[in-house]
Amino acid sequence: MLNYIWVVMILLGVFWGLATGRLENVTEAVISSSEEGVQLAFVLLGVMCLWSGLMQVAQKSGLIKSITKLTKDFFAGLFNVPDNHPAIGAIVLSFASNFFGLGNAATPLGIKAMESLQTLNDKKDTASNDMILFMVINASCIQFIPTNVIALRDAAGSLDATGILPHVWISSFISTATAIIFNFIFRNIAKKRGIK
Amino acid sequence: MTYIMNWLSKAAIPGLIAIILIFGVVKKTPVFDTFIEGAKEGLYTTIKILPVIVGIMLGINVLNASGALDMIVSLLKPIASLFGIPEQVLPMAILRPISGSASLGLLSRQLKEYGPDTQIGRILSVMMGSTETIFYTITVYYGAVGVKKTRYTLWVSLIAGLAGFISAILVCRIL
Repeated sequence: MLNYIWVVMILLGVFWGLATGRLENVTEAVISSSEEGVQLAFVLLGVMCLWSGLMQVAQKSGLIKSITKLTKDFFAGLFNVPDNHPAIGAIVLSFASNFFGLGNAATPLGIKAMESLQTLNDKKDTASNDMILFMVINASCIQFIPTNVIALRDAAGSLDATGILPHVWISSFISTATAIIFNFIFRNIAKKRGIK
Repeated sequence: MTYIMNWLSKAAIPGLIAIILIFGVVKKTPVFDTFIEGAKEGLYTTIKILPVIVGIMLGINVLNASGALDMIVSLLKPIASLFGIPEQVLPMAILRPISGSASLGLLSRQLKEYGPDTQIGRILSVMMGSTETIFYTITVYYGAVGVKKTRYTLWVSLIAGLAGFISAILVCRIL
């Protein structure tokens, strides 16, 4: 799926650039994107080490296990993870980092949770049901305080920068609920057709 | 209200770090050694996702720089106005799932253009705050663990994103 989307993105760009005489911009974009990619990875490198390190401490000390126990009842119905498996703790921490707008922490913690779910996955090259559920909840964005939006509103001279928060919560709730509902609809369809 | 929110968002990271470390010390974990051990793993993970990031950046940048993204937006405008969606929010709706940094830049520009407290400004802010960079998240997270077949992840994410956009518009109109 992503294979096709990626190709379509690039070819569409190249041919549209050709048609509108903006091939120079395309060339520049090709070069700059590799630079930008490395820059972004470098920015990530630090936070990645930081949060991986802290997660290791949380795991070794048993904090993740405690979180798992505390939230087990809530997530047990959603995720099909064995009792007391650290994956639930990792998932909860990842959601928490999104929820509180920890920004850069979200990616390392999310990847940690994915790695944890991967240990439970039978087919390593195929997304498991739990991985998909985790991803779609993540992609629907559960954010309590969207720090960067508030900062930008403030910078643009808003008289009520945080006034949109209730709207954000309602809207986030609707999109997350939609994600969960459609996740189970698609899962049932996939089950009926036999998992490809 | 604003004060509490700002304080919460400022306290979240130091608070979480403090909790993790205090718990570690109480449980007699060799905190620093364990941290280093984990941090090393972070290094490998980042190296693993670097190619994924370069690849997705290439796609996004080419699409953006060629003007193809603007073309898609102008194609969708008539359809959007048919459903009563203000055309000013379309670029955000298209850009948001693809690129986080590009959509933040767009938000900054549009908030200055339309004003942050107008209805358009509010819809844009809610859109940005209640949706996620779907393509980036999916490619990077799956790329990090080596999953290639993502099954229905993208479809469900896109449906959820669409629900987020529509509710952003509706919620701003109603409230």
